[in-house]
Amino acid sequence: MRAVADLDLCQGHQMCQAEAPDVFGFDDAADRVVVLLERPDESLRDQVEAAVRYCPAMALTIEED
Amino acid sequence: MVSTRSATGGTGPIGGIAEVSRLFPDDPHGHLQELRTDPVGLLQRVRDECGDVGRFRLADRDVVLVSGTEANEAFFRAPDDVLDQAEAYPFMTPIFGKGVVFDATPDERQQMLKNQALRGEMMRGHATTIEREIRRSVAGWGEEGEIDLLDWFAELTIYTTSACLIGLPFREELDASFAQHYHELERGTDALAFVDPYADIDSFHRRDAAREKLVELVQAIIDRRVARGTVPREERDLLDVLISIEMTADYITGIFISMMFAGHHTSSGTAAWTMIELLRHPEVLKDVTTELDALYADGSAVSFQALRSIPRLEASLKETLRLHPPLILLLRVAQQEFEIGGHTVPPGTMVGATPKVSNRIPEDFPEPLLFDPGRYVDPRQEDLTNRWTWIPFGAGRHRCVGNAFAMMQLKAIFSVILRDFEFEMAQPSDSYRDDCSKMVIQLEQPCRVRYRRRLG
Repeated sequence: MRAVADLDLCQGHQMCQAEAPDVFGFDDAADRVVVLLERPDESLRDQVEAAVRYCPAMALTIEED
Repeated sequence: MVSTRSATGGTGPIGGIAEVSRLFPDDPHGHLQELRTDPVGLLQRVRDECGDVGRFRLADRDVVLVSGTEANEAFFRAPDDVLDQAEAYPFMTPIFGKGVVFDATPDERQQMLKNQALRGEMMRGHATTIEREIRRSVAGWGEEGEIDLLDWFAELTIYTTSACLIGLPFREELDASFAQHYHELERGTDALAFVDPYADIDSFHRRDAAREKLVELVQAIIDRRVARGTVPREERDLLDVLISIEMTADYITGIFISMMFAGHHTSSGTAAWTMIELLRHPEVLKDVTTELDALYADGSAVSFQALRSIPRLEASLKETLRLHPPLILLLRVAQQEFEIGGHTVPPGTMVGATPKVSNRIPEDFPEPLLFDPGRYVDPRQEDLTNRWTWIPFGAGRHRCVGNAFAMMQLKAIFSVILRDFEFEMAQPSDSYRDDCSKMVIQLEQPCRVRYRRRLG
């Protein structure tokens, strides 16, 4: 899977860092998410799905390979 | 299909966008009368007759109304210099205060609110505050009784919103009268404001009188603070800060009204409709209650769990929001030529999207009128797969910044009341309905339910 963030939509809530800290980081200067692991391991799927579901800006998606 | 060309002159057809038929052909203000009486009917008819991009007339302006994934995405992705919110809601100016001008765009205000009060790390404290407010509200309920859903949730959410956004000391100064006056402000959002926000009608007189009452209440609180003198920094709230920079009561009241507005009637109405839908669907209510009983069986705190996943309750909240979005029409004003669905919209045109209609598009939400929380369970996830048409919080760059706060508050409310009480309707099921005569939609009263304390 690929973790994708739409930077036009990100509002900088940083919820995804709590849900999937290895996959999503934060750029303080830009006030936007940074995808740390573009192709996270399957073992992180639950975390990434939770990040997608609880993103207040609906800015995250999972693209399947 | 009826199609009546504008008889009032106006600007004529713009970009070849079809105008919806008229129920009141003699209305000098185009579709205004229908917007004031049956806005949902009007918005749905625009899609039914005109498709994804249609048009209605509001006084001397065109309103281009979009729906469907493609048009909604173009609408919600448009930056502020293309589609701007600032001038789109003239009915809000007298509520915030005519002389009260904020040196910030709506977008900047949302960002400030997010940065100051809605940051993720502040949610824990808000959850604790909200749990305490809910418990206070039910403390006097006794073993059984009856409540009006609008009155009860509107008052509760005044306390939670003021406590979380302004501060605990300010909230402690409030009683039910603040909520009652605030309600009159919300009732003062007649769409006639698109013609004249100060027209000589009862709803606007009551709105202005209510705002004066709120200023008086805030002035009295300010007087007590001034008489009391300064307190240590950690005991201060936003009101102390605004007093210290010598803002007037009128100005401060305007700021507080605007901070609370987006989060108040929206949360209050959603809580009430969730209760109604759960009572209409006892099997769903039973599921949710079972989920909550199991979740809290270990004695964990509501303020802890409300920030975490409660899947069945969340699905019921989402489905309530889909069917009863608190805002049915989101508006912008085109600042430059704007292309949508193959049409060109000239600057100055109002452009709108409609959660009420989009949320019920049958291609995206099969059996759209059915209350079915199963829509949000894997693999359907109809909110995530339709992120441009499942839009109770809007979408795109202006998506409601308070949505995580709102969901947490709703989860906390139902975590408390469904575990401590049982509810039943106190009137026929189909008598619970919205009053759509104002731009801020509220439940029509009476909207009463009975409660009884649960055994064990």
